[in-house]
Amino acid sequence: MATHVLSHAPAAAALAPRRTVRQEILKFVRTKPLGAAGILIILGMLGVAAVADVLAPYDPYHGDYGAQFARPSAEHWFGTDEFGRDVMTRVMYGARIALFVGFTASLAGCTIGGLLGAISAFLGGKVDLLLERLMDVLLAFPQLILALAIASILGPAVQNVVIAVAIPIIPRAARVVRATALSVKENVYVEAVGALGATRRRVIVQHILPNVVAPYIIMLTAQLGGAILAEAALSYLGLGAAEPTPSWGLMLSGSAPSYAEKAPWIALFPGIAISLAVFGFNLFGDSLRDALDPKLRGR
Amino acid sequence: MRTYVLNRLLLIVPTLLGVASLVFVIMRVIPGDVTLLILGGDQAGRVDAAQIAAMKHRLGIDQPLLVQFGTWLWGVLRFDFGTSLWSGRPVVEELLIRLPLSLELAFAATLVSVLIAIPLGMLAAMRQDTWVDYVIRVISLGGLAIPSFWVGILCILLLVIYFGWGPPLEFTPPWVDPWANFQQMVWPVVTVGYRYAAVTTRMTRSTVLEVLREDYIRTAWAKGLREGAIVVRHALKNAMLPVITLIGTEFAFLIGGLVVTETVFTLNGVGRFVVDAVAHRDYPVVQALVFLIAFGFVVVNLLVDLTYAWFDPRIRYR
Repeated sequence: MATHVLSHAPAAAALAPRRTVRQEILKFVRTKPLGAAGILIILGMLGVAAVADVLAPYDPYHGDYGAQFARPSAEHWFGTDEFGRDVMTRVMYGARIALFVGFTASLAGCTIGGLLGAISAFLGGKVDLLLERLMDVLLAFPQLILALAIASILGPAVQNVVIAVAIPIIPRAARVVRATALSVKENVYVEAVGALGATRRRVIVQHILPNVVAPYIIMLTAQLGGAILAEAALSYLGLGAAEPTPSWGLMLSGSAPSYAEKAPWIALFPGIAISLAVFGFNLFGDSLRDALDPKLRGR
Repeated sequence: MRTYVLNRLLLIVPTLLGVASLVFVIMRVIPGDVTLLILGGDQAGRVDAAQIAAMKHRLGIDQPLLVQFGTWLWGVLRFDFGTSLWSGRPVVEELLIRLPLSLELAFAATLVSVLIAIPLGMLAAMRQDTWVDYVIRVISLGGLAIPSFWVGILCILLLVIYFGWGPPLEFTPPWVDPWANFQQMVWPVVTVGYRYAAVTTRMTRSTVLEVLREDYIRTAWAKGLREGAIVVRHALKNAMLPVITLIGTEFAFLIGGLVVTETVFTLNGVGRFVVDAVAHRDYPVVQALVFLIAFGFVVVNLLVDLTYAWFDPRIRYR
């Protein structure tokens, strides 16, 4: 039965028309317009972060006490803050920190969590039981308090925020990857390749891991937005990047609400930047999930 | 079913013990000495060593760590979470002052979000890939993207600028003055509830979509049933299980939402209390709060799992 199906697979693949990369992109844009909008936002943000030195009109750290609380104008598009620093320049540089923390924290959290989940599923027994209880503990531990504590232990710095944001991601990624690996392990085709004499390594590398990659990528993109939000929340609470670093969350903390009546633009633009960035990643993540999940494909 | 419940109950013990150990270790690793923070020292910040030793003895933190941990755990078993190092009052008493506000905020946010999210999620699924679906999806994605503390800042900003309103300084319980309580709580509820509603809307949409493609729904259409009857009577009941689960798992996020929302609106609730306690190195308070939140999380998830098992017999017999 298995040979019968396998003998048809190459023929079916040869019959299916091969699409070029351009065609694939056009199809994604046509079928997933919200996902395409998300990619545009992400690319825009990456572009701004990469060339902030060239694009930004002012120095993000330099204050001009003659231009404190300047309203948005042709000179200062987003206005200035209480130190006379250009808000647009600081928002542009803030994209670097948000992207750095977002990417590194979600990559580290999902990779460590994914590996632990895979080990848990493959080895089973006592290792699985132990790792599962450890993940239970991390899940039950209130996320923000854990991040608060880690940030307090390591001190307020961007690289420490990455650790504080990454740790709560680990149990979530571990759960998702473990569940997928366990269900893949039970599939008849895995049993079949085992029966045909494939080595344990071949079964894991060629047949199980490729099926775990899709949920891993979905998890990764889903966590990116959350990681940017977590960085902003920690910085807002004074446990993220320290002044005068141009971090979006930090720009919203302290003086921003105090001067809300006098200079609302100080609180307005960093908030829009955070929301837009997270929105872009969520749009992209959602569409990617739909595209990669066979159950949702074509819906 | 009994074995399933027993197994799930037994698993709670190692989880809570793990959380208790982790929070105990973390609080001892955080730099900063609570005795120095309390004593303050002279103008140069110097404190007499004898004074420090006396204070440590008074607070009971001069004991070996294992003894401190054992004493604390024994207290937890008797529902005695010790005394706040900072205020000198029992932790339970401190919590009871702040709990009504946080509970009201959490329950109101959950209620409002569920009442909005379930109809919206259903509507989006029924009108998939139309402008109605797109608008609902964009609004719900917005709820996930916009930081709750920024929503709070915007609320205050708009209310201050246009209505000259400032957040009341003191919490008025609903049973004392319902109108004053409503005025104080409505914006924090909106702030916390928007995110909650966004998550629930997305989950409802995706589960209703999945259920709508089941064979029995096709049969219902073939029988000539009206759309309303199919969705409410057949689809919604089956689609609700993952939504119930979500309400449980979102509990942990709700606590995070409370921390920042209470900070923005200067509400004297449990969320703000925990931030202050971490800053003050008030070990008993942080340990008690983390333990109680974890306990709440575990219990809510257990109830969700049991509800799930009750609804879906396949889980019970596994």
